[in-house]
Amino acid sequence: MGTRKYRRKTSHSEHGPGDGGRTGSWRVERPVLDPSLCIPCKRNKEACFICWLFCPEVVVSRTIPPTFDLEYCKGCGICAEECPTKAITMVDESKFSDREKHQE
Amino acid sequence: MHIIENGNVAAALGVKLCRAGVIAAYPITPQTPLTEKLSEYVESGDMKAEYIPVESEHSALAVCIAASSAGARVFTATSANGLLYMHEQVQWASGARLPIVMCVVNRAVGAPWNVWNDQQDSISQRDTGWIQIYCSDHQQIIDTVIKAYWLAEKVSIPVMVCYDGYILSHTYMPFDVPDQNTVDAFLPPFQPPYALDPDEPANLNTVTLPDVRLDVRGELAHGYMEIRYLLQEDLRLALSDAAEAEKRFAQYFGRGGDPYIEPYRCEDADFIAVGLGSLTYQLRTCVDQLRQEGICVGVMGVRYYRPFPDTIIAGALKGKKGVIVFEKALSYGYEGALASDLKSALYEHLAGTGSLPPVQNFIAGIGGREIRTEDLTRMLRAATQGRVSQEPFWIGLKL
Repeated sequence: MGTRKYRRKTSHSEHGPGDGGRTGSWRVERPVLDPSLCIPCKRNKEACFICWLFCPEVVVSRTIPPTFDLEYCKGCGICAEECPTKAITMVDESKFSDREKHQE
Repeated sequence: MHIIENGNVAAALGVKLCRAGVIAAYPITPQTPLTEKLSEYVESGDMKAEYIPVESEHSALAVCIAASSAGARVFTATSANGLLYMHEQVQWASGARLPIVMCVVNRAVGAPWNVWNDQQDSISQRDTGWIQIYCSDHQQIIDTVIKAYWLAEKVSIPVMVCYDGYILSHTYMPFDVPDQNTVDAFLPPFQPPYALDPDEPANLNTVTLPDVRLDVRGELAHGYMEIRYLLQEDLRLALSDAAEAEKRFAQYFGRGGDPYIEPYRCEDADFIAVGLGSLTYQLRTCVDQLRQEGICVGVMGVRYYRPFPDTIIAGALKGKKGVIVFEKALSYGYEGALASDLKSALYEHLAGTGSLPPVQNFIAGIGGREIRTEDLTRMLRAATQGRVSQEPFWIGLKL
């Protein structure tokens, strides 16, 4: 199957998940959340969400606990850098089994 | 209406008649009077356009890329090092498939600094995915600008309209200025296939992966390679669109001819001189002189350099006793780029047929060195009598 019938002859993408490709495959480190340090988790109410606010890829959810969409998370580490309680750590992808990686 | 004006004014009048909506340019000799004239038209209200003065040629084309993406008909012009400075954006404009028209007023490139005419600037942009058309007189300049917009918008590929600095840009010649109503009928308002729209946001030409991908709507979208292939495919198909542009132009304005080549006394010629731009008109004088001596020569101007009309050119040169390519540019380290392309076309279409003509290559007028008609005639005569040199021969070199 090819792209011959695609409606454009240029590179054109719209706002939405996946229109830049599956960028999660670029990741070298993945964010891992420790709920015992995370402010919304500890208080069980909507608060902080600095990780959600700063994520340039919009892959952090505004939920309790915040979750990461690993399909598109590039592993930039901005969330871990900005977290005021150091609840997010960046963990080398090699620490995860192939099975875990495929469950992204 | 017939007027007597210089080549830059011919180009400016063409742009005005085409109702370009955004003009961004940085002045550089010998293009300067063209952009000055356009800024006068805008300032006086003769032309309803946004004239955006920029700090560089790179920005000039960047502005045109943005405005064209937003659906405006745009224009820019440059010469020599200005063109080289915008090289990155030149490639961008074609990859983005924007129908920008740009005049290149041909001038030598530095180093060393030189403001005179040759064609090294536009020839060095041969591989950027733009359509390149060369003009030989003022009528062709104004007509080609008008045709260029029609063609660019038909095929979504930018067009360079190239004409020789000073020889055409600063000399005065009579030419016909088409009337506005006929141009409006020939060239309807620009209807972009897509225009930037705040209500329908999109990313244009962001990182595009090597492989195809599913887009946000779940449709299989091109990878980088497909997009680049389609540019090549459409450039080759643009040869037939160029023929359509020429035919359509003739219907509206009553003049035109072969879109790709401009032959002079070629039909019965044994030898044919080939070149780009005003040099081919100078060569007509040489041809007339040599004909009087009984040497059967003709001259063929190549109007479309990209896409290269290889089939037409090979057909026109088939069975000739010799082809002599005169160039004001060089692919340094080898030979004139036109000579190489022409040999490639001849080999492709005529190899093994027994009618493959030998090709000689002359380089002339580099950096504005005067091209004396008697020198051209002498070299052309010598070329019909045997091979002058294995390497491209530089006419008028004083080493």
